[in-house]
Amino acid sequence: MPEGQFKEGIVGGRLQAEQYADNFSDLHPPLDQHEALVESDRCYFCYDAPCMNACPTSIDIPLFIRQISTGNPIGSAKTIFDQNILGGMCARVCPTETLCEEVCVREVAEGKPVQIGRLQRYATDVAMAENKQFYQRPEPTGKTVAVVGAGPAGLAAAHRLARHGHDVTILEARPKAGGLNEYGIAAYKSVDNFAQAEVDYVTAIGGIDIQNGKALGRDYQLSDLIRNYDAVFLGMGLGGVNALRADGEDAAGVTNAVEFIAELRQAGDLAALPVGRRVVVIGGGMTAIDAAVQSKLLGAEEVTICYRRGQEHMNASGFEQDLAAANGVTIRHWLQPKRVITDAGQVSGIELEYTALKGDKLAGTGETLTLVADQVFKAIGQSFVPAALNGSEASIELEAGRIKVDGEGRTSLAKVWAGGDCIFGGDDLTVSAVAQGRDAAESIHRSLTQG
Amino acid sequence: MADLRNNFVGIKSPNPFWLASAPPTDKAYNVIRAFKAGWGGVVWKTLGEEGPPVVNVNGPRYGAIWGADRRLLGLNNIELITDRDLQTNLREMKQVKMDWPDRALIASIMVPCEEASWKAILPLVEETGADGIELNFGCPHGMSERGMGAAVGQVPEYIEMVVRWCKQYTRMPVITKLTPNITDIRKPARAAHAGGTDAVSLINTINSITGVDLDSFAPMPTIDGKGSHGGYCGPAVKPIAMNMVAEIARDPETHGLPISGIGGITTWRDAAEFMALGAGNVQVCTAAMTYGFKIVQEMIAGLENWMDEKGHRSLDDIIGRATPNVTDWQYLNLNYVAKARIDQDACIKCGRCHIACEDTSHQAITSMVNGERHFEVIEAECVGCNLCVNVCPVENCITMEPLAAGVMDQRTGKPVSPIYANWTTHPNNPMAKVAAE
Repeated sequence: MPEGQFKEGIVGGRLQAEQYADNFSDLHPPLDQHEALVESDRCYFCYDAPCMNACPTSIDIPLFIRQISTGNPIGSAKTIFDQNILGGMCARVCPTETLCEEVCVREVAEGKPVQIGRLQRYATDVAMAENKQFYQRPEPTGKTVAVVGAGPAGLAAAHRLARHGHDVTILEARPKAGGLNEYGIAAYKSVDNFAQAEVDYVTAIGGIDIQNGKALGRDYQLSDLIRNYDAVFLGMGLGGVNALRADGEDAAGVTNAVEFIAELRQAGDLAALPVGRRVVVIGGGMTAIDAAVQSKLLGAEEVTICYRRGQEHMNASGFEQDLAAANGVTIRHWLQPKRVITDAGQVSGIELEYTALKGDKLAGTGETLTLVADQVFKAIGQSFVPAALNGSEASIELEAGRIKVDGEGRTSLAKVWAGGDCIFGGDDLTVSAVAQGRDAAESIHRSLTQG
Repeated sequence: MADLRNNFVGIKSPNPFWLASAPPTDKAYNVIRAFKAGWGGVVWKTLGEEGPPVVNVNGPRYGAIWGADRRLLGLNNIELITDRDLQTNLREMKQVKMDWPDRALIASIMVPCEEASWKAILPLVEETGADGIELNFGCPHGMSERGMGAAVGQVPEYIEMVVRWCKQYTRMPVITKLTPNITDIRKPARAAHAGGTDAVSLINTINSITGVDLDSFAPMPTIDGKGSHGGYCGPAVKPIAMNMVAEIARDPETHGLPISGIGGITTWRDAAEFMALGAGNVQVCTAAMTYGFKIVQEMIAGLENWMDEKGHRSLDDIIGRATPNVTDWQYLNLNYVAKARIDQDACIKCGRCHIACEDTSHQAITSMVNGERHFEVIEAECVGCNLCVNVCPVENCITMEPLAAGVMDQRTGKPVSPIYANWTTHPNNPMAKVAAE
């Protein structure tokens, strides 16, 4: 029995050394060629296919699946990359069960959709394994574009701009590119350092210079970019984490789930990564699930997700909820945090209050529940930090706390576009960020060439 | 309980399912396994002349085409007749027939087109106790280059001649196996009939190349960089075979001539269809080569259940029942009007009916109605072609519904006539027969 298994507090080494690799192996192992052919045969090649319409990047799914079925995975990959240059990561992290696969006619007919995500991964893996590059950079236009943030939106924008011959400089605050693909997704969804491999694949087109450790508002100002570049794309994501608004949330042992996930993704040795024996995660989205499941996989004995509304209100998909349940995570509903209980400045439990809907309004019922916990994760959403934009000569218009853009991704400032999680009206999906980055790049290109 | 016993030109078998002359019936070991599995009879793989046996290629002998999930749809082979010594085959046939007296055992024969050759082999076969012989005038590859097989089957005069010899030199029933590699199947059937054959069996395999290796640019199956046309069989050939069976069954010259139906029969339903078109029994090969001998159990049970359900007591109740309904195009009722109808509850909204109709036919199926994805037939455009039914992945989702007499056909703006009227009397037909005043 591993030494740390039932240790109180937040410690590492809860599992046998070899168990970690097993626990964090690929969630959906790749399809082999035979499996891909069998699965691709199931596609009906629908007219005006619902799957394609459900994809935020509008990948021609029937076509790419048909190309797999005819033994042309390279052509298939091109069909995917034409619309979504991060098709490899999207194949891994897209909640396909609420996008393409939800509307697959075979889901409607049989409850078993064509496994579009896994087929997309098959095709993109084949192309990336061969380092097959489909796009060549044309003669440089001499135009320069600054991209803030090397996440999905920024990378998609940069690639599309490079395809049009513009010189792109990506300014990334973190030490590595990839954004949430590198720092914010459960490890079992992106194994083998795929996020970095994808960054290399995308930037191989040339004309994209990524500068790490460059934070907006700290190392440079938006006004500098507007002055020094022909256009600017903002794709910096969300820097803030919503507070619990519960007493004692500053206690040691109360952690932001996004930080835990990032730390886990960067950890060289998972056994060294400490986790509580009894973990409570507050929230109901994908981040809550990712933090809870990974806590369990690190060896936490009890992991409970507490969500303040009902099961039907959770942002996490049904698949994700099932994944949590299958990993032994308990999901409890209609509970909101009231007070973090501490012992010598360290979390020892959390007091929660039951909630109920009174009309449209959620309210505490007064009844409480106390869970023993030595670690509490906050996963109740992230927020845009507009402070980084301060220092620009004119301020960007916000809407509900995020950057306001038009249908092409243009902000209220001339020469400045934005996309990804930092804009208002998005849905916090990798694939949507890619679509926004790509489309903003097209808009920038039109503006630079017709200007 | 339906009676599946079969009496085909006096040859009795417990059911109408025979294995065709082919690799599955090459030797006693396979045939005994087939009988144990329940097959009613076998046509032993074709025997050749006494002397050194034929040789086969040692590379691939088969090629194939596949449907979804690599389901084998068509198989092609370049294997020749038995490559085992004649005496070995005869000895095994005799033993098997002795051990399995209730099963049909037919000897397939192919020897040079000379009277002496046929005269020599027939007594040897008769001595085995075989129930009958099948003349292999069909194999399209290899043997045909040596003046046998399809080379005989393609010349009606040769067919008639050889059948006559056989009828002269043996008391065994003679089944003449026909090649489909001709333009009009009725000609060889008539020739066989004229020669006195007891029955015909068809189809043998069709000349084919199943694929081309795009690296070596060689046809498949490829033997050391080269390929030769093979004989095509399996589910893909069934429609061709059924038409040929029906042509012979309804030809006034050969009507009533017993037919053993062959060509892609895989299920009980295929067998029932062949028999309905006039086959007195059926022969199976590719299905057994794909799935093994056990499939006959499904065929027996399926045919029995269907016959029970429909009240058919014996095979005679179904054989030839569809033959009178096979006619020439000119006699089809041009006043019959059907329209496609889409069952909205069954529809899975794949849109294939729409795009097939929109791109390639009559623009008679919607894709959007009131902003919703919705597929329904526009009756004013529908010509009743049935393409939508054929491309729909859901069985019975789209059906062809006949319009009753008197109902307005929205496409023509005319009511459906209750009167049968065909092309022979149609006003657009310059050759129309004008009804007498």
